[in-house]
Amino acid sequence: MQAFSEHTGQAVPLDRVNVDTDQIIPKQFLKSIKRTGFGDYLFDAWRFNDPGDIGVTPNERQINTEFVLNQPHYQGASVLLARDNFGCGSSREHAVWALLEFGLRVVIAPSFADIFYSNCFKNGLLPIVLEEEVIAKLFELARGDLHLQIDLPSQSVTLPDGTAHNFDIAPGLKEKMLSGMDDIAMSLSERHLIEAF
Amino acid sequence: MAARTLYDKIWDAHLVGTRADGNSLLYIDLQLLHEVTSPQAFEGLTLNNRPLWRVNANLATPDHNVPTNNREAGLDGITDSVALEQVITLDKNCKDFGVEQFDIKDRRQGIVHVVGPEQGATLPGMTIVCGDSHTSTHGAFAALAQGIGTSEVEHVMATQCLVQNKAKNYAVNVTGALAPGVSSKDLILAIIGRLGTAGATGHTLEYRGPAIQALTMEARMTLCNMSIEAGARAGLVAVDDTTLSYVKGRPFAPTGELWDQAEAYWRTLHSDAGAEFDMELNIDAGLIAPQVTWGTSPEMVVSIDGQVPDPAAMDDAVASEAATHALAYMGLDAGTDITDIRVDRVFIGSCTNARIEDLRAAAAQIRGQKLADNVKEAIVVPGSGLVKAQAEAEGLDAIFSAAGFQWRAAGCSMCLGMNPDRVGPGEHCASTSNRNFEGRQGHMARTHLVSPAMAAAAGIAGHFVDIREAR
Ligand code: SF4
Repeated sequence: MQAFSEHTGQAVPLDRVNVDTDQIIPKQFLKSIKRTGFGDYLFDAWRFNDPGDIGVTPNERQINTEFVLNQPHYQGASVLLARDNFGCGSSREHAVWALLEFGLRVVIAPSFADIFYSNCFKNGLLPIVLEEEVIAKLFELARGDLHLQIDLPSQSVTLPDGTAHNFDIAPGLKEKMLSGMDDIAMSLSERHLIEAF
Repeated sequence: MAARTLYDKIWDAHLVGTRADGNSLLYIDLQLLHEVTSPQAFEGLTLNNRPLWRVNANLATPDHNVPTNNREAGLDGITDSVALEQVITLDKNCKDFGVEQFDIKDRRQGIVHVVGPEQGATLPGMTIVCGDSHTSTHGAFAALAQGIGTSEVEHVMATQCLVQNKAKNYAVNVTGALAPGVSSKDLILAIIGRLGTAGATGHTLEYRGPAIQALTMEARMTLCNMSIEAGARAGLVAVDDTTLSYVKGRPFAPTGELWDQAEAYWRTLHSDAGAEFDMELNIDAGLIAPQVTWGTSPEMVVSIDGQVPDPAAMDDAVASEAATHALAYMGLDAGTDITDIRVDRVFIGSCTNARIEDLRAAAAQIRGQKLADNVKEAIVVPGSGLVKAQAEAEGLDAIFSAAGFQWRAAGCSMCLGMNPDRVGPGEHCASTSNRNFEGRQGHMARTHLVSPAMAAAAGIAGHFVDIREAR
C-alpha cells in the first residue's frame, strides 16, 4: 500500500449523511477481478445521469454537472469532507480503491462505518475524525477555495489561516500508515504465536 | 473470573496475542468465500507466493453474480462476460488452492450465509469471516461472525488471523412476544429504527430475552443478518436447545464423542449473569407491528399503520435534510399512508429472508390468490439449491407459480442486482432483502424493505397491506 505522512490539498464538501459504499462504487463495477479501474466510476450514480457499466468511459457518459465533484471549482481536490457514518453498508474494499484512484487521499468526517474505516488502512487512504463543529466550519470554508494541510506524525489538520485541529488515531494504525507496511508480512512475523495457537 | 459477555468469551477463546500498539490477532475458524470479494485476495497470495494457512478452514460458493434462471446451462447460462469471468476465476482459484467449493452446478450452491448454516459449517463458538458485510448472519449460532474487506480476506487466507481491536458490548433486550403476522424481520427493522444506522458502530450486538429465545434458528439468522444495518460488525444470540437441535446431524457438524465434547462447551456460550454491557436497548416485542421502510436507509422505517414522515416536522436538521432527499428519490409525499404505496415489483429472497420458513410464510399469504395487475413482476429466489429442493418437495413452488410469482434458482439476485434481476428506474419494489440504498436494486430503483409475508401480501394487493387485519 501507499504510505501516508503528510498531504496538502483542496477540500471538496459532500454534504450527505450515511453515504454508503453502494453509492461510492455501485455493484455493476464489482464484477471486475482486479484492484484497479474503479476511479472512473466513483459515485457513479451521482456523477452521471445515465447508468454506467464496466468498460464505458466517462467521456461517453451524461455528466451531472450539479454534483459537487463535477464542478470546475473542485477539480483536482484531494480531501473529501463528509458527514456522519461515511462508508456504511457493504464491506466492498472497492470503495476505498475507487476513492484513491479518483485522486482522493484523505476523507474527513464526524464518524465512519467500521469496515470502511479498517479498509482505508489497508490502502493508504487516511480517514480523519473531527468534531461536528469543526466539520461544520470546514464545510462553510470549502465553498471557497479551502486548502488543508494534513500532517499524520503530529495528527493535525491545518487551515490556511494557521489554525490547527488535532485528531485521534490508534497508534497501530498510525504506524501502519506511516510505514505503508504489509499487514500480512507483519502477522507472519508472529508465525510462532499462530502456530502455537 | 469476572462475569463475561458472550462476545468476551468468544474473543478470549480466539485471542492469539495483543501487540504493543493495542491491536490484537484473532484466530479465525472459518472463512466463507464468494466470487466478488475473493479474486483480488487469491491474486495477492499468488503474487507473493503465499499458501493458504489452513485450506479446510475455507468454503466457497458463487452467489452474487449467478443468474437465477437457465441454471441447467451452468456457466453457459451467464450471459454477462465480465460476471462469467469472475465465476470462472472462483472455480479456478478453488481448484488451484484446494478449497472446497459448491459450484454453480452443485445442488448445495447458494448464498454463502444460507449455505454455511445449512451445511453445519457454521458452528457455535466459532470465529467466522467473509468478504461480505452480512456475515453477521452466523451470529445466530453464537459464532463471532464479521464482514471484512478484501485485504483482510487475503490476510486471513495467509495467516488464519484477523488484526483487530476489540469492540464494545451492546445488549438488545427483547421482552414479550411477537404478535401473529409479525416476524423477526419486523423486529430487526424496528430495532434499526430505534438505534439508527450508525447506532451500534464499534459494538457487537447481543440479542437477548424471552422474545429472542422463542425464535427459530432461521428467525434468529434474519435478526443477526441485519446487525450491520445498525452499524455493528457482528450480532450474537446465545446457544440454547434450539441452536443445538438445528446443528445436530448437519453434514459438517461433529458426531459421536466429538459432538458430546462440543455440546458441553457450546452450552457455556451465553453471557454470564451480571456481565456488563457498554450499552443497552430494551424493546417490547409485543408492541411491534409489521414494518415498511419508506426511505433510502434501513433506519427510515415505519409501522404498516403509519404514514410517510414529514421532514419539516423533524427537529434534527441533518435528519430532515436526509429525509427530504430520500422522499425525492423515492417519489413519495409526506403524510402518505404506507398502505397507499403501490408496488411494481416483489422480490422474495436474499440472505435475510430466503430460507424455507421465509418461503413458507410467503406462500401461506398468497395461497389461491393472484398477483395484482399493477405488479409487473414478482420473483421468489430461494437461498440455496437445497432450500429450493425442500420448497419444491412441499409444493411451495406450485403455490407461487399459480399466483403468478416466478420461481427461480438460488443466488443473491435482486438483493443487489449484479445479475440480470433488477428493479427498473422509478419502480417501487417490496423486497425481503436488507438494503434500501439508492440504486441498490437497480438504477433509480425504489426499495421498500419488508418481511416475506408482507412482500407476498403486497404482491397480491398491489400495495402494502397490514397482514394482521386478515387474521
Ligand atoms: S443476498 Fe444480498 S446482502 Fe446477502 S450476500 Fe447476497 S448481495 Fe449481500
